[in-house]
Amino acid sequence: MPWLKMDSQRQEVSQFKARLWWALLLIVLVFVGLISRLIYLQVIQHEHYVTQSDNNRQQLQALAPTRGLIYDTNGVLLAGNRASHSLTLVPERLIKGHKGIDSMLTELAEVVTIDQDDIKRFKRRLNQPRRPFSPVTLRFQLNPTEIAQITVNQHRLPGVRIVPELVRYYPMDDGFVHALGYVGRINDRELAKLDSVNYSATHHVGKLGVERFYENELHGTVGHQTVETNARGRVLQVLERFEPVPGKDITLFLNAQLQQAAVKLLEGKRGAIVAIDPSTGGVLAMASAPTYGANQFVTGISNANYQALRNSDDLPLFNRALRGRYPPASTVKPVIALAGMDTGLVPRNYSLWDPGYYQLTEGGRFYRDWKEGGHGRVDMHKSIVESVDTYYYAIAHLMGNDPMTKYLAKFGFGQVTIADQPEATKAVLPTKQWKRINRNASWFPGDSLNLGIGQGFLSATPTQIASMTMVLANKGQWHQVRMIKAINGQAVTKVSDIGRNDPKQPIDIKLKRNSDWDGVHNAMIDVMHGAKGTGRRSGANSSYKMAGKTGTAQVLGIKQDSTYDADKIAERFRDHGLYIGWAPVNNPKIAIVVIIENGGGGSSAAAPLARKLFDLYVLEPKPEVKSEDNVGGS
Amino acid sequence: MADFQRSAPDAKGHLRKGPGLWVKLRLDPFLLILIFAIMSFGLLVLYSGSGASDAAVQRQSIRYGVALLVVIFITQMNLRHVQRWIPLVYIAGLLLLLAVLFFGVGAKGAQRWLELPGLPRFQPSEMMKLAVPLMVSWYLGSRPRPPSLAHVFVAILLVAIPVLLIAKQPDLGTALLVGSSGVFVIFFAGLLWRYLIAAMVIGAAGMPLLWMGMREYQKQRVLTFLDPESDPLGAGWNIIQSKIAIGSGGINGKGWLQGTQSHLDFLPETHTDFIVAVLAEEFGLMGVCLLLALYFLVLLRGLVIAGSAAHPFDRMLAASLTLTFFVYVVVNIGMVSGLLPVVGVPLPMVSYGGTSAVTLMASLGLLMSIHARRPQRT
Repeated sequence: MPWLKMDSQRQEVSQFKARLWWALLLIVLVFVGLISRLIYLQVIQHEHYVTQSDNNRQQLQALAPTRGLIYDTNGVLLAGNRASHSLTLVPERLIKGHKGIDSMLTELAEVVTIDQDDIKRFKRRLNQPRRPFSPVTLRFQLNPTEIAQITVNQHRLPGVRIVPELVRYYPMDDGFVHALGYVGRINDRELAKLDSVNYSATHHVGKLGVERFYENELHGTVGHQTVETNARGRVLQVLERFEPVPGKDITLFLNAQLQQAAVKLLEGKRGAIVAIDPSTGGVLAMASAPTYGANQFVTGISNANYQALRNSDDLPLFNRALRGRYPPASTVKPVIALAGMDTGLVPRNYSLWDPGYYQLTEGGRFYRDWKEGGHGRVDMHKSIVESVDTYYYAIAHLMGNDPMTKYLAKFGFGQVTIADQPEATKAVLPTKQWKRINRNASWFPGDSLNLGIGQGFLSATPTQIASMTMVLANKGQWHQVRMIKAINGQAVTKVSDIGRNDPKQPIDIKLKRNSDWDGVHNAMIDVMHGAKGTGRRSGANSSYKMAGKTGTAQVLGIKQDSTYDADKIAERFRDHGLYIGWAPVNNPKIAIVVIIENGGGGSSAAAPLARKLFDLYVLEPKPEVKSEDNVGGS
Repeated sequence: MADFQRSAPDAKGHLRKGPGLWVKLRLDPFLLILIFAIMSFGLLVLYSGSGASDAAVQRQSIRYGVALLVVIFITQMNLRHVQRWIPLVYIAGLLLLLAVLFFGVGAKGAQRWLELPGLPRFQPSEMMKLAVPLMVSWYLGSRPRPPSLAHVFVAILLVAIPVLLIAKQPDLGTALLVGSSGVFVIFFAGLLWRYLIAAMVIGAAGMPLLWMGMREYQKQRVLTFLDPESDPLGAGWNIIQSKIAIGSGGINGKGWLQGTQSHLDFLPETHTDFIVAVLAEEFGLMGVCLLLALYFLVLLRGLVIAGSAAHPFDRMLAASLTLTFFVYVVVNIGMVSGLLPVVGVPLPMVSYGGTSAVTLMASLGLLMSIHARRPQRT
């Protein structure tokens, strides 16, 4: 058979060669096509492209969309935009191109003040990828004198342009930054992540808080225009224009008047106030003290000012409302009591004789009550009204760890409860497993006792404690805790309405006996209005009823500070004062948490502040806030 | 076409001449001269395109040097002995591509690079540009030809898997090059015309169905891809500017280093994928035609080498490598002149860049090595 094989081989070779000819034909045809295209562009259309290239006059410019506004619940402007003039350079239009930058900078320095910081940041921006002929900013916020100076000298400053742009402005600056966040200049890291087309004319991006979470909604869509310019780059005529789509306006639940009042009450202290509307879950106020101005971050804060904020012992940059981890102390007692009754591990009529201390075993360690000598016979009602620690040591020991953590989790501990504040943390809900992993130790009965009075390993953020208060006030009903009320006038009940991920939120709490809620509520009312209630001084003389619970958290050591100032140490070892509560009792309109760091007892340090805010919110029919008139939208 | 025939295998010619110097060196002088010519022209354009940067030219020259060493190394290898390692190399390549999907690094939303401890960063997809045609040639070369449908099916799988993995990174340019290199092998293996035509018909018929199945935003993406000028701030910017550069170059060009489009920074990526626009602006239609002529000669030489190879494996590989080179040229110039959608394919031996230069030269090395095997076979 070799003949046959030879034959088929020969056939195969000739077939292959035929295909090579086909390939050659294809190559020739395609090359002819390419050359025709080049002839079309370079010979037939030559004139057309020469004009385009020679002129360089037609320029495509990206148009920044106007950032959406942020309003409070009553339509008071919280974040607007205002015109700001920036000094920019177009390197391509300088006499010697990029090489002429340094000489131009020295020349400019004679006309306006430019410091080394400006130059350093300018050089950094210059090295970022950019579209040719786009201006690079050297200084922001020129004042009118400077604008005039530059305009007068314009003839000897080719390539220098004053560019007006709308930048973020927070009319009620101090005190709102921890609720709203702020926008700032886009940095290198953000530049790599952002959509380079949509942000081609945008210089700012939401850095923190609501501004960061709703960046997509607030930003809008870029537009562009083709313009005819002269050799200096001045626009002579707009040839074609596609308008940018402005960002959406956002309405928050935040109540500007309440927020301002909360900030005022915290002045000179360290601490946080969070208020929630229990019927919606909307955050009415979110204050953290000390605070700082957000406007300085929009146009670029000076290094000295930033270092001062950063290095302050009082940590003004730290958002205590979302990130501060505090022992909730006695404010968790209502939840612990509910856990005992609902699990059946503590009889509803359980009572004990309080000698002022508790011992796990006879002769063992003393777990002390805050009141020397004790409270006498104590039942659940009295234990809440007078905040009897001994009672909770006892029932914590009866229950053990698991039932308590289970019920604390139902109230939102150990989870991020707020939907649209990206900085929120979940703090610590200590389970047995948690202790084994994080402390490498097993769970001791004493740990349960500490957990029963909200101390020990347990920590929570003010926002979490406020969420717990809302659920207590609602008798178990959850709402998504959130800043946002509406986008472009459309109500938002969950962030998933606008395509975001809802936080994992506990389900509504159903107790076996609904009357247990009433028992706890009545006790919390008596905290404020009872003869021996720990909050009675703050509850007195009111035209409406409120419910509440005070708390006093022991400070075990200095955690956040690295510097040890002898005078400050004593102050920083004082107890944190806490208060939770809601009002009015029958139809809760506001649930609140107040935490004053090192303020001493909750009934004296925190509760009075809450009362003032209750009065303001419950009694005032229509809160009105003045805002500056020169600020507005686009 | 005289050249093509002269080099075709005819026993007489080879009996007359003894093995010359080039045969001993196993290098092909014809290809070498062409390569040097294109490289020199390329460096000239690169100097201008990189903004008169000596450093860029220097670095590129070093790469060319390395690439030439690769050529020499490959031509000294005996393909016969190396052949058995092909499946291993191919499988290793596939594994690396999978690794890129999971652990790859990169920028701007594409994961193309792999960083293995102790090794410099590299792109496994580059390796597949050679591994795929080698693998398919090896597979079809060791089976009866014309290939049966089952074998063709396996061959298609061998091509499709790496192509999909590369397209997912996403790196459409490389996926296209790898895919076409494999398809060319199948074509040259003698796949019957009727199957080819059937495949084309099915493909054409499938398009509208695919289109109807797509969501609105996917359709929008395809439309922007096909017509970049509808997105003048994004993908369209490059094309608009490069067309102005080419068109304003005219027949004779603006002169070396005189291109306004490139030197005023209108033109993007002047030293990499869009370098031919610099050439067209500064050297005009004449310059581009000169480059195209050089490329055409390389292609002709490749076809001649394929036509004179004795083994089915060599034949298919040589023809496929040649046509892949052709795809480089056409896709790059077609893209820059606004005929084809924008995918990242460099201009062979002109664009600035290391990895692709080395793979390209390696494929030319394979061609030479196939050529060197020819006299011993006949």
